[in-house]
Amino acid sequence: MTATEPPLALLAELTHRCPLRCPYCSNPLELVRAGTELDTASWRRVFGEAAALGVLQVHFSGGEPLVRRDLVELVAEATKAGLYVNLITSGIRLDGERLARLVEAGLEHIQVSLQDSDPSSGDRIAGLAGAQQRKRRVARLVQDAGLPLTVNAVVHRQNLHHLEDIVDLAVMLGADRLEVAHVQYYGWALANRAALLPSREQLDKATATVEAARARLAGRLVIDYVPPDYHAHRPKACMGGWGRRFLNITPSGKVLPCHAAETLPGLRFPNVREASLAEIWYHSDAFAQFRGTAWMAEPCRSCERREIDWGGCRCQAFALTGDPVRADPVCALSPDHALVEAAWLEAGEAAPDFVYRQFSTAAAAASLSQ
Amino acid sequence: MTASPSSLDGSAVLNFAPHVRFRFDERRKAWIVLAPERLLLPDEQAVAILRLIDGKRDVDAIIDELAGQFDAPRETIADDTLPMLQDLVDKKVLRR
Repeated sequence: MTATEPPLALLAELTHRCPLRCPYCSNPLELVRAGTELDTASWRRVFGEAAALGVLQVHFSGGEPLVRRDLVELVAEATKAGLYVNLITSGIRLDGERLARLVEAGLEHIQVSLQDSDPSSGDRIAGLAGAQQRKRRVARLVQDAGLPLTVNAVVHRQNLHHLEDIVDLAVMLGADRLEVAHVQYYGWALANRAALLPSREQLDKATATVEAARARLAGRLVIDYVPPDYHAHRPKACMGGWGRRFLNITPSGKVLPCHAAETLPGLRFPNVREASLAEIWYHSDAFAQFRGTAWMAEPCRSCERREIDWGGCRCQAFALTGDPVRADPVCALSPDHALVEAAWLEAGEAAPDFVYRQFSTAAAAASLSQ
Repeated sequence: MTASPSSLDGSAVLNFAPHVRFRFDERRKAWIVLAPERLLLPDEQAVAILRLIDGKRDVDAIIDELAGQFDAPRETIADDTLPMLQDLVDKKVLRR
């Protein structure tokens, strides 16, 4: 067995508070409340530990990281530690003055989410009136500040028919890069799967649209495309392999191998309040659990791709089969692959209403347990 | 594939795009490229090319320099170098 390498990147989820309510949010169903968020001093210590451990890039995310009043201070501290700082934001609440302070603190790049090209549809998906209008203003601010801009468009059956317009809008907004990311079905997105999963026809059209746009816009707009893994023949190497490259810290300080890992049963994730990042990375049970190939069952264990896709995604295996050790059902070699095929039938039916992201209430719990 | 509108020629002068960092990582004892949405761990050959990117030398001069460094035919060096530089320009890691 090869030695564990240091992680490359850290996703710092500063808060779960967010003005938007997107029904495919990657945050867990059980959101962390403001009162239990890590304080400024703890985050500052964590950035020093991360850099010492070998982390090169930190992605400030949430929820909406801009709701943290200490964001400028945290960016400055991460930069001072030697980390390359990226901000992942809805852009809501960003003004020119704050942006200037963030740039001065060392921010290198901003990724702004876009829910749709059409304002009323975008506002409906985001669950906030006027969201779209503010994003246009924010894109201009980022350009004026001289920062590279990535527009992140999460696509699904309710906005894929606008994909060409989304590409045009990204160009108009002055983006350097457009990420077209199909929804990945965990947490909120899994609860909304029937409202979000596109048909195969929609997907094929989207892929063709992206390819044509890439050729047309080469040198002007970089387009990164994240295909939906439900359509894949082989699973994605989720996070580049469990505990191999990436770590995620939740607003309350839990350290996870990926942002969805808390959906898995029987794992206890260490907290930065009780151990150093290095101890957690190299010595915690949670990070060792699915690292490498020793945990694998067949058909993964003897598969020639076992060190290419690392068994795919553990959270997806558990979400669909109830067993986190099974092969990712997306893989055509998985005995559970029919579960993924069955999900496609949902795409032929009328889309149900969204279950919007929200802090847990009895109503949400009821709708999610259906 | 047809040539993209941004096709490089020998007279192009390249530099790292703003907010792209090419630096040596002491922890890994390796050169790295940090860029928006990208983290590249270039191999030895790529590092030799990237170390010549200075916003002054043109692509022809870089190829000449590498041909000297590696004592290899200029054409061989060009075949390795141009596609890599084109790819990095397309990804907006480098720019003219």
